[in-house]
Amino acid sequence: MKGTNLGEFEELVLLTVAALTSDAYSVAICDHLTEHTGRVIKLGMVHAVLNRLESKGYLESTLGEPTNERGGRRKRFYELSTAGKTALVKAKALRDQLWNIIPDFVFKGLI
Amino acid sequence: MKKKPTPPRWADRFLEWYCRPDLLEDLQGDLREYFGRNLTAHGERRARLIYIIDVIKFFRGYTVRSPKYTYPMNHLTIIQNYFKTSFRNLAKNKLFSAINIIGLAISMSVGLLLITFVTELKNFDTFHANYDRIYRVNNTYHAPGEEPDYYASTSILAGRKIETTLSGVEDLVIINRAFQRDLVVGEKTLAIKGLWASDGFFRVFSFDLLSGNAESALNAPYTLVLTETSALKLFGRISVIGEVVSIEDENYTITGVMKDPPTNSHIQFEMLGSLITQENKMQAAQNSQWLNWSFMWSNYVYLLLPEGANVESVQEGLTQIALKENTQLGKTKINLSLQPLSEVVISKPLSNQLGFNFGTLFIWILSGLAFVVILSACFNYTNLSIARALRRSKEVGIRKVVGASRSQVFLQFVTESILIALLSLLFSYLVFLLIRPGFLTIEPKFLSRIFLRPTAGDFFYFTLLAMMIGLLAGFFPALFFSRIDPVKVIKDVSKLRLFKHINVRKGLITFQYILSICFIVAVSIGYKQYKYSLNFDLGFDTENILNIDLQGNAPDILKQELDQLPDVTDISASMMVLSVGDTYSSTIKYEDPLDSTHIFHNSIDENYLSLHDHELIAGENFRALSTEEKEESEVIVNEKTLERFKLGTPADAIGKELTISGKRMQIIGVVKDFHHSTLYNEIRYFAFRNDPSVHRVLNLKIASADIGVTMNRLQAVWKKIDPVHPFKARFYDEDIQEAYSETTGMIKIIGFLALLAISIASFGLLGMVVFTTETRVKEISIRKVLGATERGLFFMLSRGFISLLIIASLIAIPITYYLFDQLVFAEIVYRAPVGPLELLLSAGIVIVIALLAISSQTIRVARANPAETLGVE
Repeated sequence: MKGTNLGEFEELVLLTVAALTSDAYSVAICDHLTEHTGRVIKLGMVHAVLNRLESKGYLESTLGEPTNERGGRRKRFYELSTAGKTALVKAKALRDQLWNIIPDFVFKGLI
Repeated sequence: MKKKPTPPRWADRFLEWYCRPDLLEDLQGDLREYFGRNLTAHGERRARLIYIIDVIKFFRGYTVRSPKYTYPMNHLTIIQNYFKTSFRNLAKNKLFSAINIIGLAISMSVGLLLITFVTELKNFDTFHANYDRIYRVNNTYHAPGEEPDYYASTSILAGRKIETTLSGVEDLVIINRAFQRDLVVGEKTLAIKGLWASDGFFRVFSFDLLSGNAESALNAPYTLVLTETSALKLFGRISVIGEVVSIEDENYTITGVMKDPPTNSHIQFEMLGSLITQENKMQAAQNSQWLNWSFMWSNYVYLLLPEGANVESVQEGLTQIALKENTQLGKTKINLSLQPLSEVVISKPLSNQLGFNFGTLFIWILSGLAFVVILSACFNYTNLSIARALRRSKEVGIRKVVGASRSQVFLQFVTESILIALLSLLFSYLVFLLIRPGFLTIEPKFLSRIFLRPTAGDFFYFTLLAMMIGLLAGFFPALFFSRIDPVKVIKDVSKLRLFKHINVRKGLITFQYILSICFIVAVSIGYKQYKYSLNFDLGFDTENILNIDLQGNAPDILKQELDQLPDVTDISASMMVLSVGDTYSSTIKYEDPLDSTHIFHNSIDENYLSLHDHELIAGENFRALSTEEKEESEVIVNEKTLERFKLGTPADAIGKELTISGKRMQIIGVVKDFHHSTLYNEIRYFAFRNDPSVHRVLNLKIASADIGVTMNRLQAVWKKIDPVHPFKARFYDEDIQEAYSETTGMIKIIGFLALLAISIASFGLLGMVVFTTETRVKEISIRKVLGATERGLFFMLSRGFISLLIIASLIAIPITYYLFDQLVFAEIVYRAPVGPLELLLSAGIVIVIALLAISSQTIRVARANPAETLGVE
């Protein structure tokens, strides 16, 4: 398995899953990310990343109930695993740590 | 209401096919969701397009299911299972398996024979480096008001014209075949058959020159190229360049020694003489014929065209040459055409062929016959498999319940039949080895030219043939089994509509018997025609006439010696033996110089007509020529010639003058029409000429008590006069017999196929009878208990089959009769009448054999003790 470091896009996806709570399935994640980042996020990218994260153990998934607009196909809902949560917290801690040692004058006027 | 638009079905299928099952459902759902959005945003077309693109885009490493383990193993196991059940079935039904395998094997062997034969024919001449660029110039001779005749030969003039005027021809060789001479070296004399060839010979063809210069070997007059064998025979060594050989007291220098022509070369020879020798001689003798446009009977021209040449433009050039030269012929037309070297051996019918060739028609007929025999064997398989459906339908039912699809069941049965066909191939190869020597002796010309040795490629075709046969035989049974409804057969096997296909099966058996009867009727008609040809009244007498080939000896000396023998009652001399298929013809004209045709002729002496009992209806016989008379001036013609040139009654014609081969000749006699060629040809214009210089045959009337002793005496005389050549003599009747050897060959082949067809059909019938009697054994026993007689039971069981046989004969006999009357024998002018006797008799033979097969089973069942069969449940 690859290292436990999160890529930028991976981190965004994990955060979105966390933010969407019980409604986190691929299409919703995709829409959410598009909305927040302003980038064009394709389903293909999201789908691949979700799969990768699940195989890394950061995400867990369950199948929901079949709905009509999907031709009777069920949705796969994602949830953060403990490992996923830890990884996000770690990533945030690392950033905070780095932010803290930056002298104030560097970003003066920007924040 | 309009149905809601959906994504393309095939894209969905593709996704379902490649996607891992655990990912499939939600991914497909996602795509559907997008599809729904795109539908509202962009419309149906666009949405479908995006869907397709997405499906293709998702074909990625992590979505594609791994095909590594599960599926192929599964297939392998299933196929292993097919093999296993197939072999178990073979072993379980030994009789049926034997019938199938034997039938397929013997019929397939004919196919193997044919494949090997055709490959060998196709392989002819392929050793020439320029094989696909060599063409032969063929002639078409079209006399006014007659059918055109096709010849493989052409004129020397045509060759020379092409050489000098036609562009687009890289090289050419002119060959004249009249070069059979005695070669003398010191004390040794040897008769050798060769060809005159122009200097292009070794440039056009790729014969292997062992020593000598390929460019110049045949350039100069009086030069010879010997083959290895003839060099060894003459000198006992190969390095003989520069040695001198004497032919007819002229010296020839040997300029080359070549390997013997390969057995797969259509041209065969023992030496080559430079054509220029012969040309110079003809010029010196002021022979006007030699360079005639119509001197086309024994010369051959082969062209070498440049790479990528336009064959049509060369052909156009030939047509132009012919157009120009034809002006000197009057109304007769001679046309030139190109024939690729690849079509020279497997050739359309041409007269005056040089070397080995084989008619396409014969191959097509043989292929057709082989095909129907194979088909007949396939029918056995089809019939017996469906008949046995009862036993195997449960197996199929279980397979289907367990999950086999229709296509899998189909595949299983096809696999089984292909397997059986491949197994039959092994036996078939043995049969092939067995019948090969027989096939090779059918045609005398196969000797040392055709060997029927299968090549590696042939084995590939053998396997292909076996697989095709397997597919053909197994197709219908496989279709039948794949349609079985599992629920019905497992619940109650008797519900299976086993006899639903009974009519198809009856049809197949009838077809097999039609075939068998056709074959055997064909054999009997052919044999009758052959016998008829041998005993046909030719219009003259052939009995007790011995023809001696003079082989270059002067007739007079031998004649004097032979006259002394008491067994020889009369002797005449002639140029050739008539009525055995050989013909010699020359141009004939009467008063109109533009109206010419060709007339067949033979040159004879004054004893010939009386010895052969020809009927002279007007005029008189030739006089004995004194030695001083050189120019021939008299001719005896047949009645047909009188009609052609409107010469009036035989008596009127006497004294009129004809021009034959450019010579003026007076008609001194008219002979009654007789068959000068074989019975395949009509009686044409014919002339007896009187030119002792061309006599090559002595005709002896023999009256002998002991032929062996007579022959020894004759041989002793021959030895005394000619110690070099072996004595060659044959009775006239033997010569005629050989003229029809092609018919005997065909009869033998069809006879063999008839044997195969009958045995296959009888095997199949036997199988069907065994099956029917087995399934009805209880019924019969009950009938017997209730009082049926054995005889009654026998008739009840046999009735159905016998009516099939009668239907088969009713169909087969008229078909064969028509076929022979209209097609096969259409070219034979004088035919044996076909009576009802041989038709009925031959059909009768087939029916008797079939009855034996039927009764062997039905009698057994009818006689069985009902207590035994009813006792077992």
